[in-house]
Amino acid sequence: MRDFAYARAADADAAVTLLADRPDARLIAGGTDLLGLLKEDIEHPGLLVDISRTALTGVSAGPDGLVLGALTRLSDAAAHPLVRAAFPALATALEKSASPQLRNLATLGGNVLQRTRCPYFRAETDLPCNKRTPGSGCAALTGHQRAAGLFGTSDACVATHPSDLAVALAALDATVLVRGARGERALGIEALYAPADSPPHVEHRLEHAEMITGIRVPATPLAALSRYLKVRERASYEFALVSAAVAVTVDRGTVSDVRIALGGVAPRPWRLRGAEQALRGGPLTPESVADALATELDGARTLPGNAFKVPLVRRTVVRALTGESP
Amino acid sequence: MTAPTADRYTRTDAREKLTGAARFATDRPASTHAVLVNSTVARGRITRITLDRDFPGVRLLTHENAPRLGPLDEGGQIAEGKVAVYVQRLLPLQDDRVHYEGQPVAVVLADRLDLAREAADAVRIDYATEPAVVPADADPADARPARDWLVPSSSDTGDIDAAVAGADLVLSRDFTTAARHHSPIEPAATVASWDGSALTLHDATQSLFAVRATVAAVLGIPEDAVRVVAEHVGGGFGAKGYVWPHVLIAAVAARLVGGTVSLALTRAQSFTAHGYQPGTRQHVLLAARADGTLTAVRHHSVNTTARYAEYPEFSTVGTRTLYAADAIETRTSVLPADLNLPTPMRAPHEGTGMFALESAMDELAYALDIDPLELRLRNYAEEDPTEKRPFSSKELRACYEEGARRFGWQNRPMRPRSLRDGDELVGQGMASVILHSVRLPATARISMDPDGHVTLSAGTQEIGGGTRTIMPQIAAETLGIDRDLVTFEMGDTALPANLYSVGSSTANSLGSAVRAAALALLERLGGDARPPAETVTVTETWLPRPSDHSVHSFGAVFVEVGVDAGLGTTRVRRLTGVYSAGRVINPLTAHSQLTGGAVWGIGQALLEESAVDPVLGRFVHKNFAGYLIPVNADVPDLDVSFVDEYDPHAGALGGRGIGELAPIGVGAAVANAVHHATGLRLRDLPLRTVEALTAD
Repeated sequence: MRDFAYARAADADAAVTLLADRPDARLIAGGTDLLGLLKEDIEHPGLLVDISRTALTGVSAGPDGLVLGALTRLSDAAAHPLVRAAFPALATALEKSASPQLRNLATLGGNVLQRTRCPYFRAETDLPCNKRTPGSGCAALTGHQRAAGLFGTSDACVATHPSDLAVALAALDATVLVRGARGERALGIEALYAPADSPPHVEHRLEHAEMITGIRVPATPLAALSRYLKVRERASYEFALVSAAVAVTVDRGTVSDVRIALGGVAPRPWRLRGAEQALRGGPLTPESVADALATELDGARTLPGNAFKVPLVRRTVVRALTGESP
Repeated sequence: MTAPTADRYTRTDAREKLTGAARFATDRPASTHAVLVNSTVARGRITRITLDRDFPGVRLLTHENAPRLGPLDEGGQIAEGKVAVYVQRLLPLQDDRVHYEGQPVAVVLADRLDLAREAADAVRIDYATEPAVVPADADPADARPARDWLVPSSSDTGDIDAAVAGADLVLSRDFTTAARHHSPIEPAATVASWDGSALTLHDATQSLFAVRATVAAVLGIPEDAVRVVAEHVGGGFGAKGYVWPHVLIAAVAARLVGGTVSLALTRAQSFTAHGYQPGTRQHVLLAARADGTLTAVRHHSVNTTARYAEYPEFSTVGTRTLYAADAIETRTSVLPADLNLPTPMRAPHEGTGMFALESAMDELAYALDIDPLELRLRNYAEEDPTEKRPFSSKELRACYEEGARRFGWQNRPMRPRSLRDGDELVGQGMASVILHSVRLPATARISMDPDGHVTLSAGTQEIGGGTRTIMPQIAAETLGIDRDLVTFEMGDTALPANLYSVGSSTANSLGSAVRAAALALLERLGGDARPPAETVTVTETWLPRPSDHSVHSFGAVFVEVGVDAGLGTTRVRRLTGVYSAGRVINPLTAHSQLTGGAVWGIGQALLEESAVDPVLGRFVHKNFAGYLIPVNADVPDLDVSFVDEYDPHAGALGGRGIGELAPIGVGAAVANAVHHATGLRLRDLPLRTVEALTAD
């Protein structure tokens, strides 16, 4: 851990100004991820801009649905009646994140930008990791691969994104509100993350002097029927081996609309639009879901240590959508 | 069922610990902070060490400028007859050789911890790397018989070939257990103060006197110039049993700076700064008649060890004693790799070995269509089958009966996949538990002053098991006085010398010494504990006599699991453990030991694995995000208890060891329950039920 300067921002504009002045500045809110990164010397910003006292908190119902302040604590969002009633996948994803102590500190905006749990990235010393040290290689390719992803990976990086919240947001077509020097813009949650051909250390599309101020989630009949299923070997306080956020409406025996997003398998929340398309207009059965997933799963890029996740993804999505076990 | 005579004294240090008043090693102020820099390669030579930037006031200690230490005697023994065995053998910062990833190769000293850490991050080390052997690549042909160490490495009873030939059924299976780390909540730490010619160490240790002897020997100073203090130790589980390089480094640094040096391991460093439980590969052969009678048992085990020193994990010791069989053959071998040296971890030996034996017994039960508990009863050993000696006391049959009753074993359908609860396949499994009793010499001093106040003194240490609570309780009971009249001094080498707090030995060994001292005091006082005119002090040493008996604790553990039928995740739904450990001195602290032990066993069964990277030769996960231990949600209500028992031979109190008892057998019971739930036989720990059940 190295010395850093500290400044507290009163509001988003002040934070953006502080960021713009210092290329080595980094925002800190709950700090539940960043402090670990600092302690292990994975990141070493020269200035921390503390946004935890800004007023960007709270949950409200807007004309387009739910509006969540970026600085809302995970525990507060999970407990909110509006979230619980109309966005169950969101509530479950939040409740299954981290531990109660961490949820009491961690913020929504920080959660969707948290960094991978790949053990090679998180090591106490520099190991070959293109995400941590560009150009150094990827130790996971020849190493321990249980945490490695199936989709959107490459020979440069097989890391996954650890957020549960982001997976639920992807299934619910959420939008991220971003403030920068030139004002505000909105990004789809998937568009928040870096394009597939980006180098591993580039993880999102925010500019240096931009910050997330809020998250908008459309209120739809689908959202009210959404579910989040997290599979992990420890009963609590563990990142997902595989998770799925799903929502489906069935009209007279056929799927009228459906959303499927996966966690634990890609460097960002992974929407299965192909499978969604295949399911629409057909029946909702374990077999139809498995069929719809087949093409998507054929595209999985497996390693010896994570090939077990392919059938696990199928079983997880089948369970989430139909409640059935094979 | 608990011993009816025992008192339920709560922990005397409970309030201190809960309020944060309890002081641990690094709660001492220090003028200098030491931060270790660890090798990042598994094998090679250091060619250059530099500091990236200039750090005024920071000292860098490396093999190039560190004082010469030692020498060590052959085998790492410090000196003949001394308690210390520096099993690591490598003295720190003595040459340019790197023997394992994580080896301390430099130390940064600064007056502020943050500065020392920052400078440690800026130390750059160049290596001439050499090819390293990781456990997965170690050639099994390179395995060699372990040396005899406390117990013989092999045993042969009866004619195994004849016994196998005479069997109706022979079952032969291979098992593995993963490397695991102790991970006490307090990573090991030392605060060393040099004052003229005297050195004081506040150390997180399971053995004050081993630290004193080792440090004195390697620094070349008299033992009486070294004082070691451990007021509180935040868990050890074996990690702090021996003396490890960081302790010596702190002492060396204190001598160099002539002040007080604080050295605390980081969590990541605690994965390599001391030992861990090595991975094992085990082979079990069971030969039986159709009625389930065992004719032959063969149990071979190979464990990873370091290349520079040897640690044998005697996974086979319990097999020598647990079941009656005409022939029993055990072998323990070690297979070197370029990794740091393993060490005992709760529970060593039987803790890894009973997974293999008790899983194989379950398979045999199914092969013969005999209830798994009935199979155990048909092979009940009335005397130690290898040593051919009677047991000092053994109530295993009562454990089976009481455990089965409490668990409801009689209602269990034999057939796998018979029970279901919603999405969960439900299964029930059991295993036997055996733990050899380590008994060590122990010394206690006791005095009564004219006010009737009693001071009990022993240079032992409290590692969380309850030593601080039960020793004054034993003294008070023996003297027939109120517990509040007894003050217990401990945790300091200024007090009468004692050995390690390891092997579940302390309550029985030191407790016997305390009782002997209290009885001697009573005699000096004329037969009852009336205050004397002048303070009377006596010191007694208890020595475990060479016994005509085989001394073991036993138990039976029953587990119910739920395995998600679609997703393969496994949760323990219930656990009943009933144990035979002689007289229970304090039911409250003993119950805590069993509870913690059962949780520990659940971790071994389902979660804990220190994977080694096949290319980098390092433990992949050096933190609790990757090295998974159970959280509360993984632990169901635990029904753990003792049977009534008094062991007249193990010690002076009627008790035996319990600290490492309850983790044993849980791995097998869970694996057997998973088989009952799913029909799958999993022979590798941790059980990877998700992979096994979802593979298609």
